[in-house]
Amino acid sequence: MLHLKDISLWYKIPLRVAALVIVTAGVLASVLVYRSISDLHDNLTANATRVGRLVADTLVEPILHDDVWRAFEVVNLPFRSMPNQASDQSAEYVLVLDTHNLVYVSNKPDRFPMMRAPEISEPSIATYLNTPAQPWPDEMAVVDAPASNALFLLTPIKSDGVRIGTLVMNYSKTPFSIRLRSLTRDAILITLLVLAALLPLGVYWGRRMASPLLQLSDAMKRIGPHLPAPEEIRLEESKDEIGLLAKSFKAMLGELKEKEQLQQQIITSDRLAALGRLASGVAHEINNPLGGMLNAISTFKRHGEQDPITLKTLSILERGLLQIKETVAALLVEARAQTRPFDLNDVADICTLVQPDTDKKQVNFTREIDIVEAQPISSTLVRQVIINLLLNAFHATQPHGHVHLHIYCDREHLFVDVINDGSHIPQDKVSYLFEPFTTLSEGGSGLGLWVIYQIVQQLGGLITVQSEPDRTQFTVQLPLEKPHE
Amino acid sequence: MVSCLRRWLWLLLLLAPLAQAAEKTPSPAAVRIGLTPVFLDDQAAFVSAWRIYLEARLHRPVTFVQRGSYRETVDMLREGKLDFAWVCGYPYVRNRDVFRLLAVPLYKGEPLYQSYIIVPAGDKQTRSISDLRGKVFAFSDPDSNSGHLYPEYLLAKRDETAAGFFSKTFYTWSHRKVVEAVASGLAQGGAVDGYVWDTLVFSHPELTNKTRVIAESPQFGHPPFVASRSVSPQLFDDMQKALVNMVHDPEGSPMLAILNLDGFVYGDPHLFDGIAEMFQFIEARRNAASQRH
Repeated sequence: MLHLKDISLWYKIPLRVAALVIVTAGVLASVLVYRSISDLHDNLTANATRVGRLVADTLVEPILHDDVWRAFEVVNLPFRSMPNQASDQSAEYVLVLDTHNLVYVSNKPDRFPMMRAPEISEPSIATYLNTPAQPWPDEMAVVDAPASNALFLLTPIKSDGVRIGTLVMNYSKTPFSIRLRSLTRDAILITLLVLAALLPLGVYWGRRMASPLLQLSDAMKRIGPHLPAPEEIRLEESKDEIGLLAKSFKAMLGELKEKEQLQQQIITSDRLAALGRLASGVAHEINNPLGGMLNAISTFKRHGEQDPITLKTLSILERGLLQIKETVAALLVEARAQTRPFDLNDVADICTLVQPDTDKKQVNFTREIDIVEAQPISSTLVRQVIINLLLNAFHATQPHGHVHLHIYCDREHLFVDVINDGSHIPQDKVSYLFEPFTTLSEGGSGLGLWVIYQIVQQLGGLITVQSEPDRTQFTVQLPLEKPHE
Repeated sequence: MVSCLRRWLWLLLLLAPLAQAAEKTPSPAAVRIGLTPVFLDDQAAFVSAWRIYLEARLHRPVTFVQRGSYRETVDMLREGKLDFAWVCGYPYVRNRDVFRLLAVPLYKGEPLYQSYIIVPAGDKQTRSISDLRGKVFAFSDPDSNSGHLYPEYLLAKRDETAAGFFSKTFYTWSHRKVVEAVASGLAQGGAVDGYVWDTLVFSHPELTNKTRVIAESPQFGHPPFVASRSVSPQLFDDMQKALVNMVHDPEGSPMLAILNLDGFVYGDPHLFDGIAEMFQFIEARRNAASQRH
């Protein structure tokens, strides 16, 4: 079963806004109708009271003089409504009762003939006005007679404090209910119009209010084992609470992302460090017996019998051992002792050295050298790093491709960017890129980037790679040596 | 409805001092003529036009004085506060010694009129005044012949009095209002000037349609113009001529048309003998009744 609280905000907020609008409009309309009706009622009563008092005073003399005609004119004149014009506030009928409560005169003589008890013509009057429970009031009184749908206004006619008659004015409530109906109809109509105008607006506002929340909840749902890229998360920017929440959420996502990357880097560098240690350990362990073996071969060649088969065998052994030595030496990258600083001559040398490779592949090799004077850093190692990077780039780029070298520095670092437009490195391979024997192409030794990484590590620098289709950039950041005190 | 009554009261308040002023300080030469509801005296525009007409013929200012009852007008005439008055034949015969007959209107070619006994149009049963026993009856004015004396006489001939015969009677102080009282149902019967009722048939058919004439009296002398004894013969003649000549006057005849009259004639005091007889008959019965007691 669907609970109200389970409904999406997308519907819930507009629904609530709509409900609020409807309730407000309904309450307003009802209050207005109630006020109008009660005003009408008050007006009628006030008006009737005024007229009653005036008429009762005017009637004193005609009654004292038994002047029926004048009494008739008095009660007839003010209550004669215009023909064919229903008035809300004119009395239905007016009776002047004598002291015996017989009709002295009325404005409807057909209905209430003179000298007859009014209840003969209108039995309801007796029920409401002439029962012992409700004796004729001594002061003016308004009697509501719900069953006969009428209001009675009773005014004593007094001369010198003595009651000489009673003025009874009957007001029908029918115009009242007609008015109530028309008021209610108008109120409903206006309410519906207001609703027609406000509801779409309310729903629109509700949607506007709900949409950032929905975006946020959508974005949160997407956080799983893999964090979404910041540009994939679309959140509205604003300075209200939801906007702040979205901002915090974005910041949190950014931090998570950073942490994830950092973790990845730590894992990678830890692995590379372990590999380095292993490689150097293995290299040392191999180098010792290897040195002995090569010495033994050399000694045997010099002092032993010169049997051609033996010599051939020995030279095969020697070449194999030398290859092992080279490989081990390549694995065991060691920063040499300090050499001269890196300067523009080194750059020129590098360009000369890579010239055959550029020519072979017809690569468009551009350079942007932003250093002028010699930088305090080992030129041998920097040259090795740059040459290796360039050779990799030439190798990766297509014939007639483009490779760009950018060397620049700030106060503390030397930067080398090598950019090529060759095939891009898949994301899953980037983590293993600097491990030994990782080749991206046919024919590579798989040690070039390993050597670069080892050198950069030993120099205390950083190497990063950013690869996207048609653009792969390696950036090396190397700390400059502090000038000696 | 309050405003209506209030306006009415204000009008009375405003008019009261004006009326008093007119009464107290009339122009010395002004002719004062009393009017009573023997005709439709509630037509202010007509009354004003008639006044201007008479001023032109008499070469003197004319003031019309209207009062609530015949008696007030008659008293003012007796006291010399009025020069002339258009009154009913009944007060004329009772004051023949002090009033002089000036002119009598011609109605349907004769200086005569009738009294009508009317009932509401809805009442189909009533055929004569005898059927109105125990009902509410409206008289016009105690001093009216058609609106009071004649029905009293009818009852007296049946050995009845109005007080005993009807359950209730009241005066409306005007013939037109008798018609209204009967039309509205306030009274179940009424006595009205036949000339006024006939005239109302033209001007206010919606009123007369609600009433039905059940009895017509014999012909009596039409309510006449009478003059106070104190009026100079010159003025008496001028006024008499002004009235009698109306029918020949291009301005006067349309006014007669409004009055629904054919003109004024000099008139014979004996025209009113019928009224005098009824009055004497009732007086005699009253005296006999008081002697019995």
